[in-house]
Amino acid sequence: MRANVSAEARGLSRRELLKAGAAGFLLVSFRMPFAHAAGDTFAPNSFIRVGDDDIVTLIMPQVEMGQGIYTTVGMILADELDADFNKVVLQHAPPAKEYINPIFGVQATGGSTSVRAFWDPLRKAGASARAMLIEAAAQQLGVDASTCRTSNSEVIHDASGRKLGYGAIAALAATMKPVADPKLKSAKDYTLIGTPVKRKDTPDKTNGKSQYGIDAMPAGVKFAAIAQCPVFGGKTGHVDDSKAKTIKGVQQIVVQDDFVAVVGDTTWTALQGLDALDVTWDEGPNASVNSAQIWEALRTASTGNGAVAKEAGDIKAAFDGGTRHDAVYELPFLAHAPMEPLNCTVHYTKDACEVWTGTQVIGRVQEDVAKAVGLPIEKVTVHNLYIGGGFGRRLEQEMTVKAALIAMHVDGPVKVTWRREEDMQHDVYRPIYHNSVSASVKDGKIVGWTHRITGSAVIARWLPPAFKNGVDIDAVDGAADEPYGFPNLKVEYIRAEPPAVPTGFWRGVGPNNNFFTIESFVDEIAHKEKVDPVEFRLKHLDGNPRLQAAIQLVAAKGNWGAPLPARMGRGIAAQNAFGSFIATICEAEVDESGEVRVHRLVSAVDTGIQVNPDTIIAQLEGGLIFGLTAALFGEITIAKGRVEQSNFNDYRMLRINEAPKIEVHLIPSTQHPGGIGETGTTASAPALVNALFAATGVRLRRLPIDRDALAGRKPV
Amino acid sequence: MITLQINGQSRDVEAGPDTPLLWALRDVLGMTGTKFGCGIAQCGACTVHLDGEAVRSCQLSIGSVGNRPITTIEGVGSSEIGAKVQKAWLDLEVVQCGYCQSGQIMSAAALLAHKSNPSDDDIDAAMAGNICRCGTYVRIREAIKKAATA
Repeated sequence: MRANVSAEARGLSRRELLKAGAAGFLLVSFRMPFAHAAGDTFAPNSFIRVGDDDIVTLIMPQVEMGQGIYTTVGMILADELDADFNKVVLQHAPPAKEYINPIFGVQATGGSTSVRAFWDPLRKAGASARAMLIEAAAQQLGVDASTCRTSNSEVIHDASGRKLGYGAIAALAATMKPVADPKLKSAKDYTLIGTPVKRKDTPDKTNGKSQYGIDAMPAGVKFAAIAQCPVFGGKTGHVDDSKAKTIKGVQQIVVQDDFVAVVGDTTWTALQGLDALDVTWDEGPNASVNSAQIWEALRTASTGNGAVAKEAGDIKAAFDGGTRHDAVYELPFLAHAPMEPLNCTVHYTKDACEVWTGTQVIGRVQEDVAKAVGLPIEKVTVHNLYIGGGFGRRLEQEMTVKAALIAMHVDGPVKVTWRREEDMQHDVYRPIYHNSVSASVKDGKIVGWTHRITGSAVIARWLPPAFKNGVDIDAVDGAADEPYGFPNLKVEYIRAEPPAVPTGFWRGVGPNNNFFTIESFVDEIAHKEKVDPVEFRLKHLDGNPRLQAAIQLVAAKGNWGAPLPARMGRGIAAQNAFGSFIATICEAEVDESGEVRVHRLVSAVDTGIQVNPDTIIAQLEGGLIFGLTAALFGEITIAKGRVEQSNFNDYRMLRINEAPKIEVHLIPSTQHPGGIGETGTTASAPALVNALFAATGVRLRRLPIDRDALAGRKPV
Repeated sequence: MITLQINGQSRDVEAGPDTPLLWALRDVLGMTGTKFGCGIAQCGACTVHLDGEAVRSCQLSIGSVGNRPITTIEGVGSSEIGAKVQKAWLDLEVVQCGYCQSGQIMSAAALLAHKSNPSDDDIDAAMAGNICRCGTYVRIREAIKKAATA
């Protein structure tokens, strides 16, 4: 049996919910996102509500976008609380300071921070509530609290054989003094943590009942489609709506400074109306920007002096007399392309504004919508529904502002949906990066290492206080703290914002670029030094035993060194980022035409304490595919100030017939849990290019992979 | 007014005949389980069954459907095969964000209705039109095989 993800919006009472859960029905929807529902008798902190009906409602500070975090967060809380997980209901948190992500200082879900940031606060919240429930039960039973224990939502007094359910003592527990520094469980006492618990959100994702942002259907909702100026930074010029207005079902045309929208009785009529609009755009200063210029600007910027992110040892001495290696690696713009296109539903009245969407930054949505419509922040209600893929795109909130601006002109609620082309051409793109790396090798070991990263500073825009001394902490993540501990090291960062193109976080973030660079370059050096790439890495990792162990395990599981047919190769990549230590082997084949078939990916993963091991495996599987997709196909290009790609026909996704076999091996650990959602994405690209080198002898230093180079039709 | 046979029920739809079934389901009937992904039959998120065949509802105008039965994700569980697919999806915890999974399940159920014991090639052929951005392909393949033997 699996219980539920909240209820009230569908009119189910708590009692019915429990009954349905107990009867094994699988139901899900969303309770209105305000914490104190009737019957939540015991509310000891921001995360836990215990009802006198025995339902434990756990408030989710992090959003569910596929990473299984609702269940993971629920498990951590429920384990310390000793709650019966079948009687647990999960509910999304409203925008409020109690739910701020301690790593960002913003109420945000991203960067594989959820478990890392909330592990301690959630455990304390659970343990504190449990201690108060024990106090209450002891008082009611007239026994000493130390003689009571808890299990499955009951306080048990073994000596007398008496038990009290959490619901029965919830009211009394609410009168107990909060326990500030509760005793946390030892790992041996975990009942949920470390077990493959089934996700609570998935049953309704298999029967059409789940509600994503795009599924919001407030009564009387109208439907809108949007078109933004195709050139970045351009404005709306002249709009002739005479033809659009003749389309049956088209209700309204909304013209704004840099976009237009058509409101209709269905999304389809809105789209028809949009196509019938004759819009002249004022394309502005970016109308002639193209990819070649953007790359030239980046490469020019890369020759300047960088801000120093890390400096250790004596670089000059290290490069004096050693064998010098130099290389340049580059990564392209990428779109997020989540399966759920951008959308937002807004009901604006002059006194209040209600928003339905799926967002990674609920507080920012509330704030920016309030500003846009000119209402005090407390008059804006945001319902955060499931996210049909975030990958960083929904760390932005500009789409909700646009929807709100449209809603101000519409009587009643309006759902604004971006068509796929609009979504893809008005993304915030993963920045292009340029990396110059040099290494000095003496006696078979890298003794000196310099890495200069040039690219957009997403942090400077998204989290300005974290952008200090010219260094983007995300752009150098994984580089400044490279895993090998090179004794003489210099890592620099040069901020170079691309003309016209807005940039943002993309799954795997900074470490994608840095581990592509580091792990490609280390591989190149190993081959040039004629040392096995696994052996070469291991001998630089004496100071990093967790990564060493991951490499050893993956080498064993991935048949490192076993013979392969011609034109097939194995490549390895290792990383520690997001608090996890991961090594990955890719097995790939290149045919005479340069076409690539990835046969197998094997990862060994030490992510510290594993809260939900199956979720960790799933995130690796998915992350590896996400990274592989980009490495094989992903590139957004610009011509005349516009994105050239538009939909899945010209921005390819890996499909099931192209997907490799994937094996993920978890390494047990008692260390603090690491992050996992981003990691697989970071791993696959360097493992792939290293495999392609092993298969062909061709070293690719740019992504996506160049099939002409692999086939020898052109030089690298 | 157009009448459609959806999940065993007659449903009246107040929309023009050129309206794609996807938008009639979602916006007119409020059946939001069928998803919009690309609008050009490239992603499979909008897959439903028409006469038992997997079709992309973004490309199927309601005026062309006539009396042929339509099954959506909301109704697929009433067939034995559909229920087996849904169960296998949960047993193997296929789902991540879940947005594409309505379409994946509809494609998988149609495949199993035609081929009770599909090979890897059969799975590739039937499922290659369904993109999963979360990358759940490994588990989708396993789940189809599990449903086939359930």
